[in-house]
Formats: sequence, structure tokens, C-alpha cells
Amino acid sequence: MDQIRRFVKQNLKQNAMYVALIIIIVFFQINTKGVLLQPQNVNNLILQNSYVLVLAMGMMFVIISGYVDLSVGSIVAIIGAIGGWLMVTMKMPTVPAILILLVLGIAIGAFHGVFIAYMRIPPFIVTLAGMLLFRGLTMVILGGRTLTPYPKLYEGISNGFVGDLLKIEGINGTAIIFTALLIIGAAFRVFQRRIQQKKYELEPPRLIWDILKILLSALFIGFIGYSLAKYKGIPVVLVLIGVLFAVYNFIAAKTVLGRRVYAMGGNEKAARLSGINTKRMMFTVYTNMGFMAAIAGIVFSARLNAATPKAGNGFELDAIAACFIGGASASGGIGTVMGAIIGALVMGVINNGMSIMGIGIDWQQAIKGLVLLAAVAFDVLTKESND
Amino acid sequence: MSEVLLEMRNITKTFPGVKALDRVSLQVVPHEIHALVGENGAGKSTLMNVLSGVYPYGTYEGDILLEGQVCSFKDIRQSEEKGIVIIHQELALVPYLSIAENIFLGNETAKNGVINWHTTVQRTSELLKKVGLKENPNTLVKDIGVGKQQLVEIAKALSKNVKLLILDEPTAALNENDSQNLLDLLLELRKQGITSILISHKLNEVVRVANSITIIRDGMTIETLKVGIDDINEDRIIKGMVGRDMTHRFPERKPKIGEVIFEVKNWNAYHPLNEERQISKDININVRKGEIVGIAGLMGAGRTELAMGVFGKSYGKRISGTVMKNGQKIDTGTVSKAIKNGIAYLSEDRKASGLVLIKDIRFNVTLANLGDVSQKGVIDNYKESQAATEFRKKFSIKTPSIFQKTINLSGGNQQKVVLSKWIFAKPDILILDEPTRGIDVGAKYEIYGIINELAADGKGVIVISSEMPELLGMCDRIYVMDEGQICGELMREEASQEAIMKMILRSRGRDN
Repeated sequence: MDQIRRFVKQNLKQNAMYVALIIIIVFFQINTKGVLLQPQNVNNLILQNSYVLVLAMGMMFVIISGYVDLSVGSIVAIIGAIGGWLMVTMKMPTVPAILILLVLGIAIGAFHGVFIAYMRIPPFIVTLAGMLLFRGLTMVILGGRTLTPYPKLYEGISNGFVGDLLKIEGINGTAIIFTALLIIGAAFRVFQRRIQQKKYELEPPRLIWDILKILLSALFIGFIGYSLAKYKGIPVVLVLIGVLFAVYNFIAAKTVLGRRVYAMGGNEKAARLSGINTKRMMFTVYTNMGFMAAIAGIVFSARLNAATPKAGNGFELDAIAACFIGGASASGGIGTVMGAIIGALVMGVINNGMSIMGIGIDWQQAIKGLVLLAAVAFDVLTKESND
Repeated sequence: MSEVLLEMRNITKTFPGVKALDRVSLQVVPHEIHALVGENGAGKSTLMNVLSGVYPYGTYEGDILLEGQVCSFKDIRQSEEKGIVIIHQELALVPYLSIAENIFLGNETAKNGVINWHTTVQRTSELLKKVGLKENPNTLVKDIGVGKQQLVEIAKALSKNVKLLILDEPTAALNENDSQNLLDLLLELRKQGITSILISHKLNEVVRVANSITIIRDGMTIETLKVGIDDINEDRIIKGMVGRDMTHRFPERKPKIGEVIFEVKNWNAYHPLNEERQISKDININVRKGEIVGIAGLMGAGRTELAMGVFGKSYGKRISGTVMKNGQKIDTGTVSKAIKNGIAYLSEDRKASGLVLIKDIRFNVTLANLGDVSQKGVIDNYKESQAATEFRKKFSIKTPSIFQKTINLSGGNQQKVVLSKWIFAKPDILILDEPTRGIDVGAKYEIYGIINELAADGKGVIVISSEMPELLGMCDRIYVMDEGQICGELMREEASQEAIMKMILRSRGRDN
């Protein structure tokens, strides 16, 4: 009995965010009378949250390093504004314009990074300054106007879909193929992990649990894939998010670079005395955040198909909240890219569900605040009982 | 007054899955210094936490009797009201408040919430006089040394009309001098009628001041020795603590000393904040292959500053001097260059600057040499686990698996992990700063064994330690350092505590 309780407790802790996500989805599925999981709404959910997902992945590294970046909402805004100026006002072609925007994002991140890493100004202050600075510059560039429309190609980043390969009536073949591949891949990963655990002389979980895990993820992936296939297929932006996820998850989990960020966030002094150039790491983390914010800026402005002065307002808080809901530690050193994704989806589903239910934006904000608090409180409590 | 001031009867305290205390009994008579000794994890701190109400009444079994009355403390405040004050190992002072403010923190002399600074300062002066601290009550705590801070803590306890003073490792962070002062103060307080419980690893101190000694092992009382009745000596106490005879506190070793492998020449450095203050002055030291060289000195002598300066200029400004390995000049200007050139520095504070506590053993072991477990920047998890497993077996690190977070390990095992990290970095020279600080006798012995093995492998080892017996027992040669300079060098045969102290005092005399 005690063993089962411990097992449940341990697994609950490890998988708390997945459980939370499922509970929230079920809750809203019931309360929206099934609208939440209709194919079109699943598609909307992904598009609506695409930029938060991107920001949360970048923010996760900042939070692992031990701090936050408050400027990302303003970077989203200024990237959209400069994009508007380049493509709408100056009629620049899309591809070079995007490259310029990405470089600009990197430059803004590096600008923060220099002050944070090499001049030792606290990140909170540097990025707060950045938040004000780039919001202000956005308004200067736009002069209070809204620039629209972007070229078709640019707009397609957020509103386009991957072409259909199979041309079956009523369903998108590409989406079906991708879904099947993903499910096979996920199952493969689980078994690969079992083999590894045996190799490390660790006891792998009971086979039944792993099979359950595979079934659950197959159900999840399969459902989303099916929904997308029933609607218009795979959104382009989902491919972008998938690639970013693969890359950043790999960096965090598998590379020396990722390891160093965790070490720095876990104990900066110990990291430095272990030969890690913490200044350079700090600089890298903020520069990358600028890069990711630029991508989010492109995705967001493409989705609106307009550059507006208010773009990205409060996005930094959504991204930060997503990371904490996804299990990051406020003191640094802990967090996963998968956590950022789940956290962002939790926020996204809550937003979307409440909108469908007709709950006003005022209550939405309040409820999101409570969810964040509850998530972190749960995390703290389970950690304490573990000691 | 009753015969017994404090009696703890059959205290049993269980944590989930562990019996931390098993029917422990403790009797303290008035006006005595009662020492409580035991290895780390033996249950001393748990016992004191039960006594002071950190673990409230009801969460343990057994009775606490103070002056014959049963006590049922629900928190620290209640035990303090009864005159039981505990001073923890980690001082609980606020650095940016003054001595006076700290002493009366939470206990302010105030009327309607308005503090009467005049009485506060006056009473502080009286208290400081009692503990023999000559400082202005308005001095900020951050501006006085650890030794004096310890005295402030005691003054704070005295301000609360203490009957029973509990000191948890009060001299752990103090140098020889300050430790002596503190012990003298305890003796003085005893004369004034204050009873104290002293928890300490330093057995020489215990033997010097204690009237009775209670030994705890594995959550059980082993025995209580009384001065004048029992024959008390360190060996007997150690035997009780570890449950076996420790005729040799240091493992046997036959030094095989070779060529000079490492030299620091004309080393000068200045304080990072106060560039006028020189922290290293014209230092020249060397280490031979297979040699264990000690650096002795009082707290603040500049040993850690020297080591960190050499190791990647991690401390100090305007650093100059050369570092040579095998007769060749090497660059140790950054930590990663120093590591590449075969130098490792084990820091004095494993929790603050040695380990990433929230990460597991595997993570920590490979941290200083990720290159060996990765290819093109991608970590090979299997290689990494193999490396960690190897060290776990070799150093018998007690843990369920290498995926255990290091925060959950005992001090001795944590230290083994940090040592593993540095040995995995494959250094030729190891600088070990306080390698056995705050770990128990058994683990110390194991660490000494590891150090000896390193030397036997032909590495050069520098040991910085504030425990002179450790240096005398381990080192082939000892440099004595004071005020940022090397003031002498002693070979094993000529080294003794007296000789080291004499060197320090002589160097001070010459300066003045």
C-alpha cells in the first residue's frame, strides 16, 4: 500500500503538468459543450498560441539561468513595426526582410546581454529598460498608425497550411502521415528509454505503465493530427514550432551548452569554478531570447497581418507564466522545454475555453493569475513533502 | 534548584522511513558545559531541534523536563521563554543591521512600537562587555569578523535571560585564536551560572572545556562521560562515536616524492574591492610529484585568496606572478585554462561554490570535464553515467543511485562527489581547500585515503586546512602563511602546532 502511494506520488510529481493539462482540457470540453475540441478550434488553439509557445521556449532558458526577460513583448512589437516599415512602406521582398528582422532580434538580445553579462546590471533592470525602450521605439516608428497588409508570403507563415500530398476527399493526407510518424517516433522513444534504463542498471517502470504512456500520447497526438487533417491540414507555424522544439529540447537535454546553462542557474559560483564561462553563457541566453522574440514577433504580426503599436503587450508575462506552470523553478536550474510547451498550452486552453464560454477578458485575467499561483504552490508543496 | 536542570527522557523521533532518534536520554546538571558529540547524521541536531521546539511537542515521543517540569514546546519562542536558547552553526544575524539592532531583533526595547535607542545601545554595551567584545554597538555586523559575530550571537542569547545555552558547532568557522576566546568565554559564563550544551566535532575543544560528554551514535545514546569520574581522552570519544577503534586517525602512507611539478612565483594580488589592500605578497611556493603540501594559517591569512587567485584569477585584482608546471610557464588566467593545464581547486565551501545541489551526482561529477563525455558538444549519457558510477563505487559514495540529488547526501558524501568532479577533470595538481570541513570522523578518514591515493599516483597535492592536526597528520611539508605572506616552511619532522604558531607570531612581531 505504502509502495503504491509512493509510486503514485512520485509519478504525480513528475507528470503533474500533463495531468493538469488533461484535467483542464476535459473541464473545458464539458463546459463548452464540445466546442473546445472541434477540428477548427484545435487549429485555432495552435495558431492563437503559436507566439507564446515560441517565447516560452526561449524564456525557459532565461529562467533556467536564474532570471527573467521582461522585454520580449516589446521586442515582438518592434519586430512587427520594423517588418511593416520594411515590407509595407519600403516594399522590400519578404525573405531579406525576414532575415533582417531575425538579425535585429539577435542584436537586441545581445544588447541586453552585454549589459547583463559584462556590466553586471541585474537582468530585471536591463530587460525592464528594454521593455520601455522598445515599446517606445515601436510607437515612434509607427507614429500611432497601423501598417498593413504584409506580402502574401509573410502572412502565410502564420495563416498558411502545408500542402496536401495524398488528395483524399475530406481529409488532409500530409497531416495523417505526419501524425502516424510522430506516434511511431514517440513509441520508439519510450522503448529506447527502457533499454537505456536497463543499461544504467536502473529499474525501468513496469511495462504496463510505459504502454499506457504510449497509448496516451498516441491518443493525444492522434487526436490533434486527426483534427488538423479534418480541417485544413498542418499549419505552417506548427512545423516551425516543431522544429524549434526539437532543436531547443535537444540543446537543453543533450548538449554541453544546455548543461552549462543548468549548472549556471543551479549554482553560478560552482559553475564558474568548474571552468564555465558564466558571462558568455549569460550573454548567449539573452541573445537567444532576442532571436526567439524576433521569431515570435514575425509569427504574431503575420497572424494579425498588421503592425500595431500595442502588439505583444503582456506577452512576457504569458511566457514567464507558461514556464512556471510547466515546472520551472524561480530560483533557476530547473525546467524543461517540454514544460514550457505544456505550460503555454495550459494557458492557451484556459484562454480559449473561457472565451468560448463567453467569460469576459477581465475574469480571464484573474483566473489565469490563480492558475499560475496554484501551479507553483502545488510544485512547492510536492517538493516540501519530498524532503 | 533541582539537581538536574534539563532531562530529556527516551526521546524518539521518526521521519518517514527513518528513525532519527531512538530512545535518547540526556541529563544536564546546572552550571556545567555538557558536550554532545557524534558523527554527522548521528542525531545531535535533531535532538536539539526537539529540545528547542523546532519539532513541536507531539511530533516526537518521550519527555523533556526543565527543572523538573514537563515541557511541551510548540515552537522556538516558547522554549526561549523558558530560557533555552540555541545558536545555530549558520549564524542568524542580519549583516546590514548594527550589533545593537541584531541583539534586540525580535525582542526590541520599545514602547508602543517605538524603539528606545538609548536603552538599546546602553544594554548592548553591557552585554558586549560580558562577552568581552570591544566593538561599538552601532557597528554593522557585516563589518566584523566571523569570530566576533559569534560573540554577538552569544550576547543576543544573554539578552534573553538564558538558562541553557546550546551552541551548534560554534567554532567550525573560527580560527584557532577566536576559537580559544570563545571557549574561554564559555568557561567564564559557566562561572556566572550559565549552563551550556556544546555540539562540536573538535574533540580537543570538547576535552578542554566540557564537564560531561554525551556520545550519540545512529540515533542512540552510547554513553555519558563525566570529568573526574571517567577517564576522558580523544581516542575514547572517537571510539564511542564511530563504534570501532581508530588507533590511526590518518591512513598509513609511504611518500614517494619526485621532481617539482608545480610552482607559483612572485605572486602578488590585491583585494577586489579595496585595491590598496594586498592579499598576496611575493609568494613563492612549490609542490613536488607525489607530495602533499599543507598551507597553515589563521583565518584571513590569505590562503583561499591565494589558491583562488592562482586558479583562474577567481579572486583578487591586479594579480601578478607566474605559475609553472614541470618547469614550463603555464597560463591560468581563466578557470577553464587552469583546468586545461591540469590544475583543480576544491573550494572551501562545497555547498555554496562546489556543488550544484539541486542536480544529481552524475551532473556534478562531470561538470568540470564535460569534454570527456561528449562529442561535438553532444553529451553521451551512457559514458557520463559510467563515469559517475565508477566514482560512486571507488569512493563508496552512499546513495541509492547516481541520479540522487546531491542536496540529499550527507556532508561526507557530498565532499566525495566534489572530489570525484575534480579527479574526473584529470588534474596533475590539486589544491584542496578545507577538504574535510564539517564532515564526520569516519568520512574524514576516507577522504584522507583518497588524498593519499592521489599523491601515490604522482599528483601534486596542496591542502589548505584550519585544523592543524590534519595538516600535521597528512602533509610532507607545510607552508605557514600569515597576512598574505609565506612566513615559513616546515618539513614533516619539524612540524608541530607550536612551531606553526611561533612562526605566525614571529612574523607579526617583525611587522610591528
